[in-house]
Amino acid sequence: METLITLLVGVLVMVGVYLLLSKEMLRVILGTAILSHAIHLLLLTMGGLKKGDVPLLHETAAEYTDALPQALILTAIVISFAVTAFLLVLAYRVYQESGRGPELRGHQDE
Amino acid sequence: MITVLLAIFIPFIAACLVPFVHKFLTGRKIGWFVIIVPLLLFILLLRLVPSLSHGATYTYSLPWIPSADVYFLTYLDGLSMIFALLITGIGSLVVFYSIFYLSEREAIGRFYTYLLLFMGAMLGVVLSDNLIVLYVFWELTSISSFLLIAFWFHRKQSRYGAKKSMLITVTGGIFMLAGFLMLYTMTGTFSLRELIGMRDIIAADSLFIPAMLLVLLGAFTKSAQFPFHIWLPDAMEAPTPVSAYLHSATMVKAGIYLVARFTPVFAGHAVWFYIVSCVGLLTMLWGSVNAVKQTDLKALLAFSTVSQLGMIMSLLGVGSLAFASSESSHVALFTAATFAALFHLVNHSTFKGSLFMVVGILDHQLGTRNIRRLGGLATIMPITFTIALIGSFSMAGLPPFNGFLSKELFFEAMLSLKNANLLTMDSLALLFPIVAWVGSVFTFIYCMVIVFQSFLGKVPEPFPGQRPAHEAPIQMLVAPIVLGSLVLLIFFFPNILGTYILGPAMLAVYPHLGNMEGLVPEIHVWHGWKAPVFMTLGVIIAGTLLYRYLRYWKGVYRLGVLQWTLDRFYNGTLLRMERVATRVTRGYMTGSVRDYVAYIMLIFIAFIGIGLAGFQQFVFDFSNDAPIEMNEGVIVFVMMCSSVAVLFARSRITAIILNGVLGYSIAILFVVFRAPDLALTQIIVETVTTVLFLLCFYFLPEWRAEHRAVSMRWRNGLIAAASGVIVTVVALLVQGHSLYPTISIYYETASRIAGGLNVVNTILGDFRAFDTMLEVLVLFIAGLGVFSLVKLRRKKGVDRPEEK
Repeated sequence: METLITLLVGVLVMVGVYLLLSKEMLRVILGTAILSHAIHLLLLTMGGLKKGDVPLLHETAAEYTDALPQALILTAIVISFAVTAFLLVLAYRVYQESGRGPELRGHQDE
Repeated sequence: MITVLLAIFIPFIAACLVPFVHKFLTGRKIGWFVIIVPLLLFILLLRLVPSLSHGATYTYSLPWIPSADVYFLTYLDGLSMIFALLITGIGSLVVFYSIFYLSEREAIGRFYTYLLLFMGAMLGVVLSDNLIVLYVFWELTSISSFLLIAFWFHRKQSRYGAKKSMLITVTGGIFMLAGFLMLYTMTGTFSLRELIGMRDIIAADSLFIPAMLLVLLGAFTKSAQFPFHIWLPDAMEAPTPVSAYLHSATMVKAGIYLVARFTPVFAGHAVWFYIVSCVGLLTMLWGSVNAVKQTDLKALLAFSTVSQLGMIMSLLGVGSLAFASSESSHVALFTAATFAALFHLVNHSTFKGSLFMVVGILDHQLGTRNIRRLGGLATIMPITFTIALIGSFSMAGLPPFNGFLSKELFFEAMLSLKNANLLTMDSLALLFPIVAWVGSVFTFIYCMVIVFQSFLGKVPEPFPGQRPAHEAPIQMLVAPIVLGSLVLLIFFFPNILGTYILGPAMLAVYPHLGNMEGLVPEIHVWHGWKAPVFMTLGVIIAGTLLYRYLRYWKGVYRLGVLQWTLDRFYNGTLLRMERVATRVTRGYMTGSVRDYVAYIMLIFIAFIGIGLAGFQQFVFDFSNDAPIEMNEGVIVFVMMCSSVAVLFARSRITAIILNGVLGYSIAILFVVFRAPDLALTQIIVETVTTVLFLLCFYFLPEWRAEHRAVSMRWRNGLIAAASGVIVTVVALLVQGHSLYPTISIYYETASRIAGGLNVVNTILGDFRAFDTMLEVLVLFIAGLGVFSLVKLRRKKGVDRPEEK
């Protein structure tokens, strides 16, 4: 299971990085979203998968899954949501100001 | 001995105080506050002279970075004493002179701050024992020199000269640091005194020659030795007191100090002798030949300083032979050369300092220092003329001035080389005195140029000064008069200087000889009809003839060899370096964020990739894997497919829906992986995110297909693929290794410690509550950002500053 999820993480990173490198801002934002999905899965995998019971303490359980990565991921999900929301509004504002589609330009594109 | 430590720190403290004191002592009155510092230190140091002349030394140690073997160890011996006395003595005179030289309109406070900064740094160079401390002060002198040369920074020439001196001396300093580090690897100590004790260990090491060359490079750049002398003439853009102080009396002698200091470490080796003496003699010749053609008096003095520094350097080279000789008579001959070097060092500071001040007076009174526009000033400015006469004749090596004595010793030292049978150099032994003699002839010529072309002859028409010329105010004449009297006094009483000041310094250069006896030769004004006397007579005759017919052979200087080829080389190199740097920077700073992201990813790939390549144990341990069930496999498969499909989505709605698929699938995976809290949060967040994305339909135009070159797609594709592969490989490797036991068990005490049964919740709300609080803060800031981006608009009529 861990190996399979790690492979999935690899695929997600690949897609995320490719989107990050594109010109259209919406693609870049999608790229960050997918990259954070990948990292969340990676964190969870590092703690081991399906190794015990849900980390809700009760007397019958012999072993619990690692709760620490879960706490970290919970924080990360919320932060990445904030970032995505901010970036989207940024793209919107760029479009409003420039009148052009929100794209990333360099010297060569001018 | 705390005086030695104070000597370094008092100037720095005073430098910090100058801006504040300047508020009360306005205008040039601040100079009276500044002059206390060198004067006080001079007196304090002078009190130590008698005990030093009995062989005493003073140390004071202050731990600085003990773990890195850096102690702030100050060390005062005879050699340091000469320099410290010059720094504080000439410093006092220069400050006094500058009080009347500078105009009230100048930034006087800034000037004195820099000057005190330099004073402290220079005292630090000569008084520190630790090489790293020495290096720091060494570079600090370069920096303060830079600031002082660029004092009139509105002039282009000042900025050019400042940059040039900084580049050359600091580059040399960095090489010197490399030499110091090599010495450290050889011996394991940064202490100068300990290094001298480990002479044999250093000489046997294979790094001996490289370390020696690097240290010499530092000394040569600082002391303006050929071919690094080109910065000194351009440094003359500094105010004249600075030229008199830094660029003739003290800073440029730091290289001499370094060579003298390292003589007991490196001397005795043929390479040391050849490099130091040949470079010195070449510099002497080149400087004096170039000085003759100058028309700006300060440029002439700059080249003459170059030449004189070369002369001192060559003497130190000859003096190093004492380490290679065993016969006591020869040893005495060669130590006399070092004695001559130190003697001339003092003499040069006196006569050159007075000459610079004279030129400053001319500049101040007449507004020009161009020789062609000067003349006949002897009757108008008799005192200035007298001082100029004393200084120039002393420099030319004429009696009854101190320069005569050291020039005689110089000739004697050069002639003594025929005894140096230890180094195979029969023909060279003849060449050395000849070069020295020719250099001295040219020295004689430019000295005559100073005296006769600016002070004698006809008063030029039209007269250069705006107002009728008259003698300088007495306050400006005090400092040059003091120096001029020293020139005479040293001639009549040279042995007092020799015994009390130079003797201890000789002992510092030749510590292995044990005592001062025999190291201090008796200086005689007349020592019979011997070779040096004839050489001096020859210099006078040849020099007079050549000066008389100067205009007939001056055309020689138009020959290509003597042009400013070195300067042209420096300028060309700088220009080319700037061009290359611009091209390189333009090449990768495209201004496109995409490219920068690509660089970041490439560096990530390169570093982690190289790290992986060097990693020996590729153990992929799959034994701990949990089993895969059918439904999980399907979810993962769906996720892979939908993520890849995002790349090929034609319209953004497809991409957004596919992203939603990913998010919700992850929520299901969280359920499978026993993380109910995550699943809940993920579902909520994913829903809101999708809604946000869908809002784009309303506000943003449809995205355009990426029209990119195929090569660009390949580049991006490769970067993406490589990142994915590296992340996968690293993640798999990590799972095969468990270096530390898990710490998560601790959190299972949650119910007892935090009073909660949901471990994830207790971590967020209790164990790591601060984290959560800051996370809320991040959300809050993002919310503010969203709000301001949507709501805040620029009012009409308000300028956009970024578009100006």
